[in-house]
Amino acid sequence: MNSQAWLLPGLIALLVITSILSISTGPLNISPSTSFSAVIAWATHYELAGVAPHEQLVINNVRLPRTLLAMAVGAILAQCGAVMQGLFRNPLADPGIIGVSSGAALGAAICIVMFPAAAQYWIACSAFIAGLITTLLVYRLATSPTGTSVMLLLLSGVAVAALAGAGIGVLTYMANDMALRDLTLWQMGSIAGAQWQYVILALVALVLLSWHFNASAGALNALLLGESEARHLGIDVDKLKYRLILLCALGVGISVAATGIIGFIGLVIPHLVRILIGPDHKQLLPLSALLGAVILALADIGARSLVAPSELPVGLVTALLGAPFFIFLLLKQRSRFL
Amino acid sequence: MIEINHLSVRIDNKPVLTDINLTIAAGKVTALLGPNGAGKSTLLKSLCQETDIDAGNILLDNRPIHEWDRRELAKTLAVLPQHASLTFPFKVNEVVAMGLYPLSVSRSQGAQIVDQQLHRLDLLSLKYRSYPTLSGGEKQRVQLARVLTQLQQATRPPVLLLDEPTSALDLAQQHRVLALAKTLAHEHEYAVVLVLHDLNQASRYADNLVVLERGQIVSQGDPIVALSPETIRQVWKYDPLVVKAPDTDIPLLF
Repeated sequence: MNSQAWLLPGLIALLVITSILSISTGPLNISPSTSFSAVIAWATHYELAGVAPHEQLVINNVRLPRTLLAMAVGAILAQCGAVMQGLFRNPLADPGIIGVSSGAALGAAICIVMFPAAAQYWIACSAFIAGLITTLLVYRLATSPTGTSVMLLLLSGVAVAALAGAGIGVLTYMANDMALRDLTLWQMGSIAGAQWQYVILALVALVLLSWHFNASAGALNALLLGESEARHLGIDVDKLKYRLILLCALGVGISVAATGIIGFIGLVIPHLVRILIGPDHKQLLPLSALLGAVILALADIGARSLVAPSELPVGLVTALLGAPFFIFLLLKQRSRFL
Repeated sequence: MIEINHLSVRIDNKPVLTDINLTIAAGKVTALLGPNGAGKSTLLKSLCQETDIDAGNILLDNRPIHEWDRRELAKTLAVLPQHASLTFPFKVNEVVAMGLYPLSVSRSQGAQIVDQQLHRLDLLSLKYRSYPTLSGGEKQRVQLARVLTQLQQATRPPVLLLDEPTSALDLAQQHRVLALAKTLAHEHEYAVVLVLHDLNQASRYADNLVVLERGQIVSQGDPIVALSPETIRQVWKYDPLVVKAPDTDIPLLF
């Protein structure tokens, strides 16, 4: 078995280890073996010896949803990043960098401030709609008949993010104390307040997205040849593009609604996977999903333990790790921009 | 067989092709010739539905080409682009395997088809190389292998459209690719359409030469008929030196 063949089982093992680690980490010290038993107990509804009721309670209501949400959102963002990079035929596309996350955050912020009584899923809906509008806007701005320009793409991202930032600023000004705290956390990204309803929403979105993306993997490969080349291979390019944009906006919208803006996962993860196994989407997408889940869960463990007993927003951790990587990519690809 | 009837195309309200009538036969190499801006590329684009048609129609097997099912058409008609801007580091065999997209093949059948096409274009030694690191000529051959892969399950004589296939190739490679085009037509019943700038190459490898000027066909036929000194003077505004090739009767133009 070569190194590439080890990657899938290796990542699955890493996912299991990370999840146990994530469930054990926190102010209440729970050993990994107890965590494992507690998860089994949660899944099977049997009470197992060795798990104290308060430990079970913490795991059921705090750690398990938090871990699952981190993994689901990590997997969604990594796949959306990979798909956007394929769609824009540019390895620098990322929901955060091209402004989609900011747009989605504006949508969520409008809902939080203007309709404080709105149910959680309305926040998700409005994040999705705003994310979709932003994606279409950035895409239209950056694409001409000859293709998508990197420069225009990044500039549109800056412009759209600035606009969304201004919108969020106005809303911050209008917001009461309660909404203000929500908004601040939203913009930095945090998994601390994970609730089961978001976990379920994110997991459903993850399954839907993964299934659709994988079904489009061959077409995404062909799209990298160019739009007319893909068309000559029998692909309905316009339909494919709009479907993928819609799904990316859905994934990013739900992620933003559940955890706020978490940057760089969509940029860094597909890159790392491409370095390991190449750009073929048939492998890139599932492996990015797994690595994204692992990395965001690890970042969340870091967010919880680096400044314990306090907590960092996980978006700060991913930015601290991801931004230097982005700079490294820019340095490596400078010739493409000059 | 492709039949083009009274085809007219306007781009930005300017006529680019006017009343084109042309039959593209299976088993023949058809070369589209003409000076820059004569409409060669637009004619090729109309054949692969990349440009809107104002009047007339294009029939493939007596059926308008736009009524064909996308996938069925892709199995029958393939296009080699002039430039393929693939910057992601796919391996050569992965690029060629993209041609399998419209086909229904198992993984092992697919790998076999890819290997055959790599062999055909003398690319087996580059099979696992990263595509962006190849030279222009190698890239062009990889793209040709991909395009030929796409046609391996054609249920009727395939149509192969090549847009300036020799532009990035050195002399030997140019002749190899054109000889392959000729073999595909003469031995495998392909209908090959080439856009070429080199008239001597066209004379040597094409069966039907179609000369375009300002969007209209001014002459067509074998080299002697299509490329008479009068036609060349009229179309290219150039007075050629005509020499007979020593091995054939084909006129060489300088």
